[in-house]
Amino acid sequence: MAGVQVSNVSRSFGAHKALDDVSIDFADGGFYALLGPSGSGKTTLLRQIAGFDFPDSGRIAIGGEGVERVPVEKRRIGMVFQNYALFPNMSVADNVAFGLSVRGEAKAVIASEVQRALDLVQLGKLGGRRPHQLSGGQRQRVALARAIVTKPRVLLLDEPLGALDKALRVDMQIELKRIQREIGITTIFVTHDQEEALTMSDRIGILRDGRLVQEGPPEEIYDRPKSEFAATFLGDANILRGDTTGTGIRLADGTAIAAEAGATLAAGAKASCAVRPERIRIAADAGSPDQANGNVLRGQVSKRIFAGNNSTYFVERDGQTLKVIVQNTGIDRLAEGQQVVLRWSPESTVLIAAS
Amino acid sequence: MAAQGATASRSGLKSALPLLLPAYLWLTVAIFLPLSAMVFFSFMTELPLSGKPWAFTFGNYAAFFSQSLYLTLLWASLRLGLEVTLWCIVIGYPAAYVLAKVLKGRSREAIFLLVILPFWSNGLVRIFSWAMVLREGGILDTALNAVLPFKINIDLMYSYPAVIIGLVHSYVPYMVLTCYLTLQAIDDSLIEAGRSLGASRLQMLKRVIIPLSMPGLVAGAVLIFVPVVGSFMEPRILGGRTGTFYGTVIEDQFVAVFNWPLGAALSFILLAVVLVILALAAPMLRRAA
Repeated sequence: MAGVQVSNVSRSFGAHKALDDVSIDFADGGFYALLGPSGSGKTTLLRQIAGFDFPDSGRIAIGGEGVERVPVEKRRIGMVFQNYALFPNMSVADNVAFGLSVRGEAKAVIASEVQRALDLVQLGKLGGRRPHQLSGGQRQRVALARAIVTKPRVLLLDEPLGALDKALRVDMQIELKRIQREIGITTIFVTHDQEEALTMSDRIGILRDGRLVQEGPPEEIYDRPKSEFAATFLGDANILRGDTTGTGIRLADGTAIAAEAGATLAAGAKASCAVRPERIRIAADAGSPDQANGNVLRGQVSKRIFAGNNSTYFVERDGQTLKVIVQNTGIDRLAEGQQVVLRWSPESTVLIAAS
Repeated sequence: MAAQGATASRSGLKSALPLLLPAYLWLTVAIFLPLSAMVFFSFMTELPLSGKPWAFTFGNYAAFFSQSLYLTLLWASLRLGLEVTLWCIVIGYPAAYVLAKVLKGRSREAIFLLVILPFWSNGLVRIFSWAMVLREGGILDTALNAVLPFKINIDLMYSYPAVIIGLVHSYVPYMVLTCYLTLQAIDDSLIEAGRSLGASRLQMLKRVIIPLSMPGLVAGAVLIFVPVVGSFMEPRILGGRTGTFYGTVIEDQFVAVFNWPLGAALSFILLAVVLVILALAAPMLRRAA
């Protein structure tokens, strides 16, 4: 097992820059998510790490050893594909055994290792089945067992849960995390599902147009996004734009918004503030002044979506729609069309330089 | 439930009948009737239409067993079929692999066209152009002598290799097409998965790609083997005196000797032998498919 260092990696396909000077450090034993919209370069980056494709420039090291020109079959990595890519002409056990048998391991060793891997993914009894006789979740587990049975240095997963339905996906998220902890393997996981990235990973790297936008623990990216893109791609965010005052921004109508998180900017420049919908309090009237929630905006509820445990209010204000999520406590239900006051704290407000 | 299923399939058959009828009527008229006539002829002493007196006989079939010549020729034809099929695999499979897995877009279309081109040209023209290439003083001979500093004589005409070359050329597109279809159906991620597990290209070919493309190989082999065993045009034109095979003997009975009953009997013996071979190979073929 080993960490992975990607340093200044660029890769172009014709005129299209799929990866543009990406550097990212995956520590040994960590669980990383590469998150981004389609076309952001996340899969290209994974393929560079796997060795299916080589970078035009830059370095990739696995366990400190430069591998950027080493083909995939010599990199000792494990990979799980989106469509599982199980060999249809082989039984489940033979699929899992494949990596060991091409290496020429002894039959007895292969048999016991395969059984151990299948037990780990809780498919110990299904070794004799064919892939087409398995459900999607079971195929996923076989693909995982096949990838880890060779004791690779790194485990790479390309949108592995994309083809599963919601309930199964949550099960597999927990399962995948458990297995990863159990064997302690460095894992890099490509996904476009922000929830998956938030719940599973130790660190997240957000990519956009071939560049690494931000990298860090999920809480850090969620609480202190460094760009509007990071703020809106990972979770929901209200973006307010204006001129910086140094400690916040002033909106077009003169309202000051205080921000205690995020960038430090010189006064006068264009900037924006991001605030998460669940951090905003919504009420029918201003009430008594609230020191902790010093940011105040007035608006009108244009729409309310009830989702059981919470409600989302869409509040119109100066031509902009703000989103507020309120836990269902059984009180304070507001009607559509009602005038409301929004309050939130400066600590929940992230100052972002204009991009 | 079972009864319901049966009614459902019966009504399905009824509604499908108008669709099936034209094809089966045509097959009955165009294949079944002439073929039955041939079965009938094969038991005659003389062709009934020739005006000579005729009678029933098993003599035509007995002739096959009484003369070792027919058996020898049949054996030679089966060997020819096997050899041509093998060469078609050796040449066609790599071509199909490159078409399905390496080339993309315009270059694939262009190469594909080159593969299919023989289909679009007349078989006789194809064979005679090979004759121009292979004979002494032909295109191959002249070209090689123009390039090489020493004199060599290339005269492949009227030889066993010439027959093989002509037949392989005629039938290799079948192998390319059937293998292309099965190879194309193999997901590229399977190959990538194999490589990520440390398999070399050769190991991937042996353990994943060839097993998965077996249905195409088998279909191509059957499509090639059966007609090649009965082929007569290529052996006659390119083989000359060495090109006497089972198929050319049958042809002789029909066009030269006018012994249709014997020709028909020899044909049905060939059909029976081919069916027996396919039946024996069936379990293996079914496993592959």
